[in-house]
Amino acid sequence: MSDATTNMTPDPMLEAIVGPTPGQMLRKRIFGHQGLMIGVVVLGILVLVAIFAPLLAPHDPYAQSLMARMKPPVFLGGTWEHPLGTDHLGRDYLSRLIYGARVSLLIGLVAATISGVIGTAMGVAAGYFGGKVDAVVTYLINVRLAMPVVLVALAVVAILGGSLQVVIVVLGLLLWDRFAVVMRSSTLQVRGREYVAAAKAVGCSTPRVLMSEIMPNIANNLIVVMTLEMAHAILLEAALSFLGLGVQPPTPSWGLMVSEGKNMMLFEPWMVLIPGAVLFVLVLAINLMGDGLRDVTAPENRS
Amino acid sequence: MNSPLLRVKDLTIDIPVGGGTLNAVRGIDFDLNRGETLCIVGESGSGKSLTSLALMGLLGGRIKRTATQMEFDGIDLTKANNKTMRALRGDRMAMIFQEPMTSLNPAFTIGNQLMEALLLHRNVGKEAARARAIELLEKVGITAAESRLSQYPHQLSGGLRQRVMIAMALMCEPELIIADEPTTALDVTIQAQILRLLVDLGREMNMAMILITHDLGVVARVADKVAVMYAGELVETGSAEQVFNAPMHPYTRGLLRCIPQPGKTERGARLGTIPGIVPNLVGGVTGCPFRTRCDQAVAACRDAIPHRKPAENHRFRCVHETGHQIAETAV
Amino acid sequence: MSTTETNHPVLELRNVSKTYTVKQGMFGKPKPLKAINDVSLSLNRGEVLGLVGESGCGKSTLAKILLGLEDPTKGEVRVDGEVIGATDRRTLARRIQPIFQDPYSSLNPRKSIEDIISLPLRVHNIGDSNSQDKAVRDILDIVGLPQRVMRTYPSQMSGGQRQRVAIARALIMKPEIVICDEPTSALDVSVQSQILNLLNDLRAEFNLTYLFISHDLAVVEHLATRVAVMYLGRIVEESSVGGLFDTSGHPYTQALLKSVLTPEAGKGVPDTELGMEYPNPIAPPSGCHFHPRCPMAMTHCASIPPRPVPTPEGHVECHLFDSENDHNTGAPLVREGV
Repeated sequence: MSDATTNMTPDPMLEAIVGPTPGQMLRKRIFGHQGLMIGVVVLGILVLVAIFAPLLAPHDPYAQSLMARMKPPVFLGGTWEHPLGTDHLGRDYLSRLIYGARVSLLIGLVAATISGVIGTAMGVAAGYFGGKVDAVVTYLINVRLAMPVVLVALAVVAILGGSLQVVIVVLGLLLWDRFAVVMRSSTLQVRGREYVAAAKAVGCSTPRVLMSEIMPNIANNLIVVMTLEMAHAILLEAALSFLGLGVQPPTPSWGLMVSEGKNMMLFEPWMVLIPGAVLFVLVLAINLMGDGLRDVTAPENRS
Repeated sequence: MNSPLLRVKDLTIDIPVGGGTLNAVRGIDFDLNRGETLCIVGESGSGKSLTSLALMGLLGGRIKRTATQMEFDGIDLTKANNKTMRALRGDRMAMIFQEPMTSLNPAFTIGNQLMEALLLHRNVGKEAARARAIELLEKVGITAAESRLSQYPHQLSGGLRQRVMIAMALMCEPELIIADEPTTALDVTIQAQILRLLVDLGREMNMAMILITHDLGVVARVADKVAVMYAGELVETGSAEQVFNAPMHPYTRGLLRCIPQPGKTERGARLGTIPGIVPNLVGGVTGCPFRTRCDQAVAACRDAIPHRKPAENHRFRCVHETGHQIAETAV
Repeated sequence: MSTTETNHPVLELRNVSKTYTVKQGMFGKPKPLKAINDVSLSLNRGEVLGLVGESGCGKSTLAKILLGLEDPTKGEVRVDGEVIGATDRRTLARRIQPIFQDPYSSLNPRKSIEDIISLPLRVHNIGDSNSQDKAVRDILDIVGLPQRVMRTYPSQMSGGQRQRVAIARALIMKPEIVICDEPTSALDVSVQSQILNLLNDLRAEFNLTYLFISHDLAVVEHLATRVAVMYLGRIVEESSVGGLFDTSGHPYTQALLKSVLTPEAGKGVPDTELGMEYPNPIAPPSGCHFHPRCPMAMTHCASIPPRPVPTPEGHVECHLFDSENDHNTGAPLVREGV
């Protein structure tokens, strides 16, 4: 076409583009990461259980039967009628566990999403614009960090009354600090890259620069924080419910189940151990996934 | 003083990677006498930095280093254990890195870091170490040396930091200094000052120096001996005059044609190019590694490549006896 | 050099200053930093203006102002005689495009090469997706990349290939002016020459005007038609490339030229005679900013700032060349140590 190309036409250099795409490399790393795969599989199973709860649960989780109270699980000499036994009102423990997964996952997902939106908006704005915006956001983060989450949540729920919606909103409005901190520092790193300057020089508007140049390059950190905060929210819900200020009975919630079982803990320890163990497995799975995602999306930093 | 300070024979570095072994450095030989400066010049991926790290015993655990001979003043480095290497490093051989900001510890004062090596390796008191630190800072041309001791690295400019790095390397009067791109991060004017300093100090203290760089200008001005490295092999070695005035290997010639030379290259004229990129070194390299980019390549380049010796101390590896098929006019 | 050069400035800086306020430490007082101090500069169509100077001299800030990424504190930028404000970033973008130093940082790693190169067309709504696709293919051809790289990502490419992509992105809107900010200093020697050749060819083919920022004087001498030397925010000398390199004037220019290490064996490392380190731009030296490092400094250099003296090919700011200056009798200034 031009003189510029004549020197390079049969250029063997150009044959050298052989490496896998970033997507292919990511896929390879994801499938090669044991912790991540375990986390994803366990979490996947729990999500499926929550979605198909009506099909999987052997009984109505709300149906009480005073004739069949505190039946032990099969492995403690119970019957297959109630594989994990029944609680103090005779409700099937397995069914309540299955429905409880819905509450936990819903709270984790929605609360983390709400705080994710708040924290990301604040963090990205602070990191990108700097100056006064940054000063205000940093101040807000500090104020937020000075508030003890559990105490504030308890106080708010005590005033407004506990319900699923209230717990979700309260947690969503409280857990954005880590998003803001992480997004701010990631944005600071990316903002100085020359591709951002190039996009501005091309005439991109600020929203476009933020959405197409900044966000894709900090999304990996966002996902990692998201998983950690999901786990955080799930644990907080359990804690609130345990204290009687979270999800209200008779809604099946794992925290509530632990709370209801605690009176019998010395005689029937399984009533606390079973919901406790499921909670532990769920949070562990989410954290494994988060750690794994951090590893596979930031390969530049580790070999 | 008949035997060289450093003798390396057949140094090979292999790095295990996913799906094979990266033969990063293959069969490198060189000697270095006291007071001599060897420049290893090459582009990114040529293995020049790995070579320097291998000499210092600083390669990562997974990386495999073999050599038939690697002797520093009679000490067999191939058999040296960690303790021996630690005793050598910082004392008899020292290293200067490219980026002084990342190689100086930001949490400690300049004085602390300067005195550390001396206190570690020599049986001297704090006062003596302090005096030595001040003496060396002055030697590398830093004014108000005494007050600098209590400063932190971030309080100094890039040029000053690199001077501090050099002073640090000199604390124990090493016999060998390895400098890996010591001036690449610096401005041209500062680069000239730092290089002059290194050359003068090397001469004054009769130190041997290995300078790793990609900058042919630096090599020509500083080196006694030049080693041109390409894709893990030394393709040409010789004195600076031999390599720059009578380059033999097609890669050396190509490199020299690539850079505009004031007064020689016509302004605005086309520069020479070396098309292509460095070959993949994973899994067995045979023949000449440069053949994929060489305009003189022939079928025989796939076979074993002979060592040629056009003059005393001047060597290169090429199938062509003079480095090219048909006699060329001056480069 | 080129027949298309005219004397009509396509880009002009008039008395442009840029001052930043920097705070030293948490409780330090904010101090002004004059990154650019009253600079006037013009680029004629088809010429290559080399801008040289050490890091911190303000050359990158100048590039940012020309690209509309920063507003000048004072002065104006004119394109074809029209004053451009920073609000016109989109208009400016069609006429001035950058090529940055580091091809590893200038391409968004999450985007395909096609997305990267076509971004300017999409931002400015030029053509439909078919014609955009064709434009990308054409420009790939021009910069010497095969069309199959369109669907690859920057991480799959070498440094030289990435810089070709950056050049393609800069040229796809057919700008008149390209700001090259150290376009080859991150590249290997053998790749550097390919990119320099390409830039030279493209300039001739598309009648481009370059502002070529570099610290490598050998490269500037090779490519530029005119050279401006910057020191602490001022352009201390401006001249045609021949005028500057063959008969340099300003002592700073001379020192820069001396520090060029040509690959000539046996010549040794030159003594630049530049005493001190580069001064802190927050507290620039009095008088002529260069006097503490100048081997030819006289007593009055420390107190009186030099004025621009016209030369046949440009100007120079140095008391040595100011014949109307009656201070030129002063004794040589005794320099402090390094």
